[in-house]
Amino acid sequence: MMMKRRTALTLGAAAAASLAAPRLALAQSDVVKIGAVAPKTGPLAGGATVTQWPNVALWANQVNAKGGLMVDGGQKMVEVIEYDDQTNPGETIKAVQRLATQDNADFIIAPYGTGFNIAAAPLFDRYKYPQLAVSAITDQIEDLSSKFNGMFFLLGSTTAFVSGVVDVLKGMQNAGTLTGNKIAMVNVADAFGIELAAAARPLFEAAGFDIVYDTSYPLGTQDLSPVMKAAKAAQPNAFVAWSYPPDTFGLTEQAIIEDLQVEAYYTAVATCFPAFGNRFGAAANGILGAGGSNPDDEKFKAYAAAHMDVTGSAPDGWASATTYASLQILEQSIAAVGLDREGVTEHVKATTFDTVLGDMSFNANNFNERFWTVGQWQDGVYQGVGETGREGAKAVQLKQGWA
Amino acid sequence: MDIVIIGLLLGGTYALIAMGLNLQYGVARIMNLANGEMLVAGGFTAFWFYTAGNISPLLTIFIVAPVAFAANWLIYRIMLEPLVRRAKSRGQLEVDSILATFGMSFIAVGLMLAFFGGDYFNYSFLAVPVTIMGDTYAQNRVVAFLAAVVICAILYAWITYSRTGLSLRAIAVSPESARLAGINVRQRAAIAFALGGAITAVGGALISSFLTLDASAGVAFTLKALIIVIMGGVGDVRGTIIAALLLGVVETLVASLIDPGLTLAAAYTLFILVLLFRPQGLFGRKPT
Repeated sequence: MMMKRRTALTLGAAAAASLAAPRLALAQSDVVKIGAVAPKTGPLAGGATVTQWPNVALWANQVNAKGGLMVDGGQKMVEVIEYDDQTNPGETIKAVQRLATQDNADFIIAPYGTGFNIAAAPLFDRYKYPQLAVSAITDQIEDLSSKFNGMFFLLGSTTAFVSGVVDVLKGMQNAGTLTGNKIAMVNVADAFGIELAAAARPLFEAAGFDIVYDTSYPLGTQDLSPVMKAAKAAQPNAFVAWSYPPDTFGLTEQAIIEDLQVEAYYTAVATCFPAFGNRFGAAANGILGAGGSNPDDEKFKAYAAAHMDVTGSAPDGWASATTYASLQILEQSIAAVGLDREGVTEHVKATTFDTVLGDMSFNANNFNERFWTVGQWQDGVYQGVGETGREGAKAVQLKQGWA
Repeated sequence: MDIVIIGLLLGGTYALIAMGLNLQYGVARIMNLANGEMLVAGGFTAFWFYTAGNISPLLTIFIVAPVAFAANWLIYRIMLEPLVRRAKSRGQLEVDSILATFGMSFIAVGLMLAFFGGDYFNYSFLAVPVTIMGDTYAQNRVVAFLAAVVICAILYAWITYSRTGLSLRAIAVSPESARLAGINVRQRAAIAFALGGAITAVGGALISSFLTLDASAGVAFTLKALIIVIMGGVGDVRGTIIAALLLGVVETLVASLIDPGLTLAAAYTLFILVLLFRPQGLFGRKPT
């Protein structure tokens, strides 16, 4: 019995080796394998299709057009291996495992979504892959980075995001454009929305705001008119929604229909999507949203043009550029230390990188402390209005009706 | 009052979603888990016509309906009829059709992903307020509701008063006996399945005017439709309409008076109550 099993194992190993041999040989000679796992189907697919996948494609295209990645003085082409995690953390883990053990990926691009990055972090750590997490916003950065040495956070923390919104509203109040302190706040009942709403309650109160309406609605709610009617009935001065893409659209449409009269209107994820601006046109003017960028910056302009050129669509006004920056960091680190994963992790910790967002470096908790927190649609362009150390923020405008 | 109207508008949407599945499951005996994908495909078509040619979804449905009818007829003839032919019992057909259409739903998602991409798609159509009895509602929802009323009325009249409708009802009650009465069950079942697909796609085209969809959004609609069909009674058009309106009103009542976070809980509580006290559905007949 024992013998048989061993024979089978040997045979299996031999078969696997013979199958893998040509690919391995190729990998060692001239290709750097980059694994990518993110949703192509499921509830988050729409977001990943705007923010994650086009940047992977753009970066690989640009690197290969230059003749490949600089590795140990030579150049190697990039081969991207893509997996769809179906917006299911279990699938994310399986895909990362597969990339690490069967595809022998040299590096793996961090997954899309906070929960997905946290779910995959132990595997990234076990195989010593640096995990440059972009689409992951949490207040557990210190805890996570102490557990997982190679886990980096580029986009910001929950508290910083909420503080960004509080600061913008406070600033409007000080300038006299926000004439009251009543806030209607809603959130999607999902890890992201719940965490942001929980962080927001004490911060709004400490800043002297009065939350006159506070409710949550399930992910995938098809009719948001009861929510908007109730929010309107509370007669707030500002409306804040910690929302996900479909409800960001749904709430805004209902706000227009109900003619919600507020001086500041904020929806979270997807407000910065080009589709949002196209959908609402002039009515989008003055709408505040999560994250931002400086569209007048020359680097950003060049990036946006290349994004349009290669993928046929415009980048969003927030995490798109950060996703691209994470790939630039990977590229520059490989050029500096080669394909040694732990070496890359140490290099990322110690270095200031030149990215599309400007200089980027990490603190002792692997946290990029300079990022965009709030943006606003101004005359058809999504402008950054709140940041923690990025240049080019514009002045916040008053939300004036929905025409 | 405004709560009831919002609820009815939502219920109309649900009726559109569930009507097609009811025909497919009630008459053709196919538990079509790819129903939601047909809905999204209808929505995609409306989106495409609207953004490319500025053609109103209300006109697009006249293109969507025949195309979806033909496509679903082919799906039934090629893919599902072999299952029907070899199935020894209704139970076996249900299991087989669930597995087959479950697989089909993945293919459909993949095809839509390839053709349209994974991006969210929506457009602005009649997104203006309309005032009914002193309260404002979205015009696109009202229009979709009216369309649902028209479609349901036509369907109900056709099934109740036409000869084909009579034979469909006969098949819904008992396919074996229907054959003895000289009804071409195979042909009629194909028509019922195709018609169900066409109605679902039309529903998708109308719904796309106010909901944000993406290639993999279909499964949520399949689930809603399933609940409504089972609540209303399999194979009964009236039951589907009543159940859909009931669900819409209950969800809106809970969202407005208690908490929007409890709408799902309310929907499933209603579902459980119906299953407990009327397992055959509101209008279903008790199995003999």
